[in-house]
Amino acid sequence: MTSNSTSPLVDQLRANYPSLLDSWIAGQKSAGASRPDLISDADLRRQCSELLTMLIEALASGETDISKPAWERMRATLRSVSMSRARGGWAPSETVQFVFSLKQPLFASLAAEDRAANSAVILELDHLIDRLGLFTADVYQQGREEVILRQQQELLELSTPVVKLWDGILALPLIGTLDSERTQVVMETLLQALIETGSTIAIIDITGVPTVDTRVAQHLIQTVSAARLMGADCLISGIRPQIAQTIVHLGVSLPDVVTKATLADAFVAALDRLGRHVVSNGQASASGR
Amino acid sequence: MERIPIIKIGKYLLVTVQTDVQDNVALALQEDLGNRIIATRARLVLFDISSLQVVDSFIGRVIADIAGIARLLDAEVVVVGMQPAVAITLVELGLTLNGVRTALNVESAVAMAGIRDPI
Repeated sequence: MTSNSTSPLVDQLRANYPSLLDSWIAGQKSAGASRPDLISDADLRRQCSELLTMLIEALASGETDISKPAWERMRATLRSVSMSRARGGWAPSETVQFVFSLKQPLFASLAAEDRAANSAVILELDHLIDRLGLFTADVYQQGREEVILRQQQELLELSTPVVKLWDGILALPLIGTLDSERTQVVMETLLQALIETGSTIAIIDITGVPTVDTRVAQHLIQTVSAARLMGADCLISGIRPQIAQTIVHLGVSLPDVVTKATLADAFVAALDRLGRHVVSNGQASASGR
Repeated sequence: MERIPIIKIGKYLLVTVQTDVQDNVALALQEDLGNRIIATRARLVLFDISSLQVVDSFIGRVIADIAGIARLLDAEVVVVGMQPAVAITLVELGLTLNGVRTALNVESAVAMAGIRDPI
């Protein structure tokens, strides 16, 4: 698109601005791309008019490559709209349709003037809007991926609580499948907690771990070794019969690691190492237990 | 060249690593410690590495070697206060320091040793 053909186009668009805006918004509604539950009419109108102004401005520069600086503002605004829609729960098709639904009113307004002279311009504009739509889709995808990444991160933090059971005894109840990344977080959290609380015994409870393969076993051994290097002992509890079978069948050995069937057993063993034991105060039986 | 001080407290030797160590400093410590163990006839060495934030395979090796040398001279090394990052690195390097005693801090190391061999 040369600057010669751009100026009349831009003038025309500027002249038709209000009707363009109206029919764009109407187009979105008829295409099912508007979500009155997610965005109010006033907000949508503001968004659209902002984008339309920027589009005309960018066209006025005569540049048709949307990666160029002339399109910087347009891209930034589209990016923020697309990102907020990705986070806000819009469907991908609705987000892209938001851009594509601008085609119809644009072409209609151009075609109304002079068909023959405008066909080249229309083709050019068509490409342009397509690229803007693709750009929007890309950004939308990025937004979704960010959401997934953040959730993964939150899950990591949620799933590794270190619990203090007694003075000098920590418990680490593990839930869910252990992969390398999680084990790394588990290891760091546990070791840090050992230093902060000055605990000498840690119980790793794997009741909530559905499967143990060679890699998980390797991770567990590493955690135990690292804790030992720091001067703390680790007990592993909550090994279910099936998991014990798997471990033996895999030929994995857990050398020098004390394992107990349940967290309670491990806790008793830990207390024992600290030279303490639990005694009844003689009242529990009276209350019927 | 800077040297890491080896302090004698009663029957113990206390070695405190204050900064990240260079390779030659670590080697010098290895040598000094052997001599001091012989000279003082110490039976226990508290090796405090709580200020050590970074290790590589070489320093890891030296820590293991120091423990081995001390054992040959009939003294036991307790590695004290290893930082989480250091522990993770050593485990990943495969240096699990088998047979070396470890403690969270000097206090618990002294308490641990005190039961067996009071000052």
